[in-house]
Amino acid sequence: MNIRMITKLAAGAALIAMTAGAAKAAEQVEVLHWWTSGGEAAALNVLKENLQKQGVAWKDMPVAGGAGSAAMTALRARVTAGDPPTAVQLLGFDLKDWAEMGVAANLDDLAKKEGWDKVIPAALQNFSKYDGHWIAAPVNIHSTNWLWINKAALDKAGGKAPTNLDEFLALLEAFKGQGLTAIAHGGVPWQDGTMWEAVVLSVGGPEFYKKAVLDLDPAALSGDQMKKVFDTMSKIRTYFDPSFSGREWNLSTAMVIEGKAGMQEMGDWSKGEWLRANKKPGSDFVCIRFPGTQGSVLFNADQFMMFDVGGDAEKAQLKMASAVEDPAFQIAFNTVKGSVPARTDVSNEKFDDCGKKGMADLAEASSKGTLMGSLAHGYAQPAAIKEAMLDVITQHLNGQLTTEAALKRLPEAVKAAK
Amino acid sequence: MTTIEPAPVIAPQRQSRGFADGLRDALPKIVLAPSFAVILVFVYGFILWTVYLSFTTSRILPVYKWGGFDAYFRLWGQPNWYVAMQNLAIFGVLYIGICIAIGLFLAILMDQRIRAEGVLRPIFLYPMALSFVVTGTAWKWFLNPGLGLEHTMQNLGWTSFKFDWLVNPNMAIYTVVIAGVWQASGFVMAMFLAGLRGIDGEIVKAAQIDGASTVAIYRRIIIPLLRPVFLSAFIVLAHMAIKSYDLVIALTGGGPGNATELPSTFMYSYTFTRNQMNVGSASAVMMLMGITAIIVPYLYSELRERKQ
Amino acid sequence: MSAANETVSAGQANAARYFIYAALIVLAVVYLLPLYVMLSTSLKSLDEIRGGNMLALPKDPSISAWVKAWGEACIGVSCVGIKGYFWNSIKMVIPAVLISTLLGALNGYVLTKWRFPGHKIVFGMMLFACFIPFQAVLIPMARLLGLMGLSNSTTGLVMVHVIYGLGFTTLFFRNYYEAFPDELVKAAMIDGAGFFRIFWRILLPTSGPIIVVTIIYQFTNIWNDFLFGVSFAGGEASPMTVALNNLVSSSTGVKEYDVDMAAAIFAALPTLFVYVVAGRYFVRGLMAGAVKG
Repeated sequence: MNIRMITKLAAGAALIAMTAGAAKAAEQVEVLHWWTSGGEAAALNVLKENLQKQGVAWKDMPVAGGAGSAAMTALRARVTAGDPPTAVQLLGFDLKDWAEMGVAANLDDLAKKEGWDKVIPAALQNFSKYDGHWIAAPVNIHSTNWLWINKAALDKAGGKAPTNLDEFLALLEAFKGQGLTAIAHGGVPWQDGTMWEAVVLSVGGPEFYKKAVLDLDPAALSGDQMKKVFDTMSKIRTYFDPSFSGREWNLSTAMVIEGKAGMQEMGDWSKGEWLRANKKPGSDFVCIRFPGTQGSVLFNADQFMMFDVGGDAEKAQLKMASAVEDPAFQIAFNTVKGSVPARTDVSNEKFDDCGKKGMADLAEASSKGTLMGSLAHGYAQPAAIKEAMLDVITQHLNGQLTTEAALKRLPEAVKAAK
Repeated sequence: MTTIEPAPVIAPQRQSRGFADGLRDALPKIVLAPSFAVILVFVYGFILWTVYLSFTTSRILPVYKWGGFDAYFRLWGQPNWYVAMQNLAIFGVLYIGICIAIGLFLAILMDQRIRAEGVLRPIFLYPMALSFVVTGTAWKWFLNPGLGLEHTMQNLGWTSFKFDWLVNPNMAIYTVVIAGVWQASGFVMAMFLAGLRGIDGEIVKAAQIDGASTVAIYRRIIIPLLRPVFLSAFIVLAHMAIKSYDLVIALTGGGPGNATELPSTFMYSYTFTRNQMNVGSASAVMMLMGITAIIVPYLYSELRERKQ
Repeated sequence: MSAANETVSAGQANAARYFIYAALIVLAVVYLLPLYVMLSTSLKSLDEIRGGNMLALPKDPSISAWVKAWGEACIGVSCVGIKGYFWNSIKMVIPAVLISTLLGALNGYVLTKWRFPGHKIVFGMMLFACFIPFQAVLIPMARLLGLMGLSNSTTGLVMVHVIYGLGFTTLFFRNYYEAFPDELVKAAMIDGAGFFRIFWRILLPTSGPIIVVTIIYQFTNIWNDFLFGVSFAGGEASPMTVALNNLVSSSTGVKEYDVDMAAAIFAALPTLFVYVVAGRYFVRGLMAGAVKG
């Protein structure tokens, strides 16, 4: 298209103007992300400093809110203007959607040089590549099917961590008896979805998850096992506290840390909160896979997608991609964030016990083929289908749909969003 | 001011009309033209572009492949859309109605030669100065059962006090109304106050001499005279109701569930989050059609009546 | 003051006045409550906020949250507070308000004193521009800004705000000048004054009140805008609203309510200042014809 030539020229001219103005730092990366506070911002700062040592300036473009929705708006405006940022924090299928528009950079040479194909799990590579070419540098691997339990409360309830749904429900009852909020949950669609997918995995195992969530088989989405999933969600709902609606996830984690709630089903980014509060795994809290899901890992990875910026900026971009995959940075970042490194050849020495468990589970699931993408975080389905399913899940959890209605609505919503 | 005598009729001088004369005659239109052209392009042009987009297969970015009515079928197949429209009706009517009612009420009270007017007026006006984000965040906190009003009242001893509208799917939309009314009613008050002060005292005195009661004076004379203010207030409030995206997101995030979904949040979500730009554009077109249907007749009737 | 406030008997008068004052005071308290909560929270310590009563006065008021919000809070990777973004907003708002007000005045002048056939339709079409939802114009505007080389710049953002402010500024001035006596303008024309001279010498000097109204309205809307700010001027040139959002909506770490509230009040200070100081002129300005339709 003619417009592309013009915009490329305009972008190039703007870039030259920018770099001409910035006398000292010849190379610069503009990074769009939503890590605006706490440990993540601090960890990202490590990357910024590493890059500065290599002579690359970091132009920060933080946009918080809605797990990235405001950032995605800003991204759209910039790409439409022909002036994309150098690197953008993106998840899952969004990477594919953007790459389809032809705006991604090609990192193949760098990937080959550094051997990414060998060390990054295949299930994740699927999203870091488009059409066989590397387009993004994964920063970490999170996983969503975890349960975090307050150790003191657990000990009072008998000290045994639940290994299946029945024991889980019994523990909920026990915590309720102790006068705690049995399970701390925030009523926000993505959180509802995170819990739902763990229950799906628990009720029917990895085969059911594959069939229902990854393949979207209508029979699986409306059958008996799915009924059990929704009924279980309704049962768990009865253990929430009255102010759960709209609560941010870190506030729910705070409830468990302070002993006001017994447990929380959340991805391992919540471990970061525990560590920041100086709590230790094993003595203050217990981390287990959501009861019934040991052996499978539902993953979610933050990736920096590199956009096609042309010319001078490309060199800086490659330096950034390389710096992201650098094992030292992977360790520094992930020990703070609560996730596990995106490359499997990193030593687990500096990680705490939950981190070590995470890395071991990941390796096991990857080899067994039970490493699957999280629905609620965009790694199982594209945005349209994901949101359609979250609509049904959150409406059911909030009592706007009965289980029968939800079973009917779920395959319909999926079909309408395709 | 000096009295103006009728201008003497000057016979038009039949000089040759030079370029300078033509330019001078055209000058007003030249001055107005850029603004008008800008609005044609950036408002009407973009509206047409949005309409066009709604007939394409655009998902994450505009794509100019024809998609027919597919986006509209999808739109009308979404239960969320019906919830959004229903909420807009509830929110729109209540927001505009209550703001005007409270604004008028406050203005009438303030008009009674109140001594503390200089202090009270900014108190009612200041909420308008706050951004939607700030208002939504403050009210979200205020109405949160665990942290805000309910918790406070219960702490103060009134243990059976319940105000959990914010987390109740059936009542959440009314919390948006509350926050919105709080923010805008002071502005409406200022508009009505100005209008009241502009009313000719003679008409009112004449009615009082005729023995009309205060209530009747207000009802029959004053309020009808305020008709232009109702128009302006309606325009300002309708504009804010449509732009209510920030307020809803900050206050309830569209929830609980999607109980507070509005067309503006629906459109944003489908265009920017769900990567279904064609459906988002279709919803925008529907919104604009609705706006047009309401505003255009109103504007037409009001603009017509003004005598030159 | 208006003439519409004579009442019938002295007794009734007193009762009515008590009712009026009581109603006003109760309503004033209700309106002030959220501001009070914001202020007192910003002066409390985090423990006090979480543990205690929202309405209680701070036990040990301290401005540390204010200091932190201004200069130290984390907005992104760097933790420099909101002060830079505050100045960004000022740099962006002042030109946008001035330009859109001037253009609105000229437009209103043309539409009322230099009428041409179809002027009502033109006015109606311009008025309709007030209602367009911003999300609908975001993408095409981004494309145009990119083509003009103004992507991600303060200039681009100013331009966008001027464009979408034209509808309202034209409305205000047009209504105001509509009520301005035509005879004065005609007399000046006969005296030989041209288009611009009539504007500068006759109309503008008497436009004080409506200029105030327009400036207040535009200032508020542009200062508080988030959507255009985040899309067209990201990163270092971001306006205050974007920085505030980053502070308040950040998804990890301890929620520092006190800093959040302090930042929100900072964000609101300019507009609050304008409303409190110029409020009197605001009503006068509205009186002078903005609302007369």
